[in-house]
Amino acid sequence: MSDKSWLSEIPQLDRHQLLDIRKTLDGAYRSFSREYGDSIEAFFDPLLSFLIWFEKLLLNSPWWLVIAALAIFAYVASRSWKLTLGVIVAFFLIGFFGMWDNTMRTMSIILVSTMLAITFGVPIGVSMARSNRVQSIVTPILDIMQTMPAFVYLIPVVMLLGIGKIPGVIAVIIYAIPPVIRLTNLGIRLVDKEVLEAATAYGASPMQRLFGVQIPLAMPNIMAGINQTIMMSLAMVVIASMIGVKGLGQPVLKSITNQYFTLGLLNGLAIVALAIIFDRISQSYAKRTLQNFGGHE
Amino acid sequence: MSTTENKVPLIRIKKLYKVFGKNEKKVLEQVKAGKSKEAILAETGHTVGLADINLDIYPGEIFVIMGLSGSGKSTLIRHFNRLIEPTAGEIEIAGCDVMKLSEKELQDFRRNKMSMVFQRFGLMPHRTVLQNITYGLQVQGIKKKERELHGQEWLETVGLAGYANQYPAQLSGGQQQRVGLARALCTDADILLMDEAFSALDPLIRSEMQDQLIELQDKLHKTIVFITHDLDEALRIGDKIAILRDGILVQQGEPVDILLNPVDDYVEAFVKDVNRARALTVETVMQPQICRISSETIGEAVIQMRKSKQDYGYVINDQGYRGVITQETLEGIEKNDYSKGINASLLEDVPAVQSDALIETVIPEMLDNTHPLPVLNAEGEVEGHLCRSTLAEVLSDQSSSENS
Repeated sequence: MSDKSWLSEIPQLDRHQLLDIRKTLDGAYRSFSREYGDSIEAFFDPLLSFLIWFEKLLLNSPWWLVIAALAIFAYVASRSWKLTLGVIVAFFLIGFFGMWDNTMRTMSIILVSTMLAITFGVPIGVSMARSNRVQSIVTPILDIMQTMPAFVYLIPVVMLLGIGKIPGVIAVIIYAIPPVIRLTNLGIRLVDKEVLEAATAYGASPMQRLFGVQIPLAMPNIMAGINQTIMMSLAMVVIASMIGVKGLGQPVLKSITNQYFTLGLLNGLAIVALAIIFDRISQSYAKRTLQNFGGHE
Repeated sequence: MSTTENKVPLIRIKKLYKVFGKNEKKVLEQVKAGKSKEAILAETGHTVGLADINLDIYPGEIFVIMGLSGSGKSTLIRHFNRLIEPTAGEIEIAGCDVMKLSEKELQDFRRNKMSMVFQRFGLMPHRTVLQNITYGLQVQGIKKKERELHGQEWLETVGLAGYANQYPAQLSGGQQQRVGLARALCTDADILLMDEAFSALDPLIRSEMQDQLIELQDKLHKTIVFITHDLDEALRIGDKIAILRDGILVQQGEPVDILLNPVDDYVEAFVKDVNRARALTVETVMQPQICRISSETIGEAVIQMRKSKQDYGYVINDQGYRGVITQETLEGIEKNDYSKGINASLLEDVPAVQSDALIETVIPEMLDNTHPLPVLNAEGEVEGHLCRSTLAEVLSDQSSSENS
């Protein structure tokens, strides 16, 4: 401490102390990552091989097959010819402007991240809805995940796992999982109390209540969460490209450093196109489930 | 209104207490000590939901629990299947101590012993009408084919045959509650809990549903616990009525008891707006003594007539009630005709009324005839008579208490 009054200056650790703290923590984490880095990497190996397999699947399939599959998916989910046509045109243009491969890479990482986010997010949301204590613990963690600058949590991930797909996926999930958790929690909490009571009164077990009543009735909200999760993971594409994730983010990064305006714009538009397509598909699916609930209204 | 003396109650509730709050058990002592609801709320922040409830409900009856909103009636009905845990007390249903059931046993109990109809219907919006009706069976693990067969039957019974594949939101309120009713009946449980089941419906549909319930009950003989805030409804469908006020049972008994002998101001306030003509049956207000002319000949009839104080008599023979004969007519007959039989030309045609008819329905006949009307029981025997003055008294009693 300096000899200045604590009234005029905020009490502050001196530089040596700060340095010591940083050194100790950095050192500890470094030795932790040296010690366990390999085994943690090994733990993620199956995920990595799945990622690579999925990316290769998209890249190696003929372009018309991929577009056809996406069009069918869009139609089944939305039952809208307009949207289906939009999907076909958008992907055709993406290919036409030479961004096909990067788009496939981005799509593969987005889809895998979203699937993982749903797999972890929905159960976490459910457990939050069931217990106020879990909710009070998880909510601040979600707040941190959403507000902490992505670069900050990229550092330890990269230290531990190096650069590449896995840290990219982890970064994307950390950034994109909160909405699906929050909205699953909200959706289940908003389920009409009397409907749930009716299920209980007819002797439904907790599992029957969860899968027969709560999740189906929370579906519109869960879908909204999934929609948001997809949007946010697309937003992470550029940042993830900084740690070596291939895809539409890398040309954008390249155009920032080299001031290639058109290249940046085209790739940016491709990201936007992906976002709009996935948003419309998931929203119209949610709307269709909602229609049954509201009937003719 | 069956006799219940020698039956065993199907549902028995003893000394049931419910306190809402963090420290139920501790506050319970104060409730038992007789502290008022307001004092407890002010001192401890706990709400007394129910206090010292004792009920016996017999098999096959419609037991109505009535009270204003906040009186604890919905809380009470949720204790029957333990949707709400009591703070203290015993609940015994069909010889089974519900409080001792484990989580699993309770599930089983709810699946098989009771079903429930809800005020806001409680239908599942993501399931079709048929899927809603068969929900109870699905929970029980019954195969789809079998439960749909069963569900279809009930769907027809409640008059929604063509609606199997609609979603609840596509139906009107009345139709939705029919689905709720069919769902409750579909599990074949003996006990039906109905929590303000018809309160959310508009009046016309409501009385339609009440009729349907009564009609179904005649066939099914379930034990129905019915919650309502509407005394007209309670009187219409209830075999027994219990009135709840601030979590305390103030009066229970048959509808007529409640209507004619309210125990306190609260019940009286409830009762005063009731349309008595629609709530009471002829039986409850008729006078039992009558002048009965059962003779074959005019001579004996004259003797019988002289013995009675009235100037008219009801002529009854083997075929039952024939009509009214007046003293005037009898006196007009010459003495040498006394050995003749009483023939139809001497009689005045006064219609009889059924003892279980509502007063409302007999008013027109009452006004058309100067003589009191004979009251017939279900076997067609004359049980008593109903005269204008009695009727006027019963109906005007109401208006006098309204003015007070």
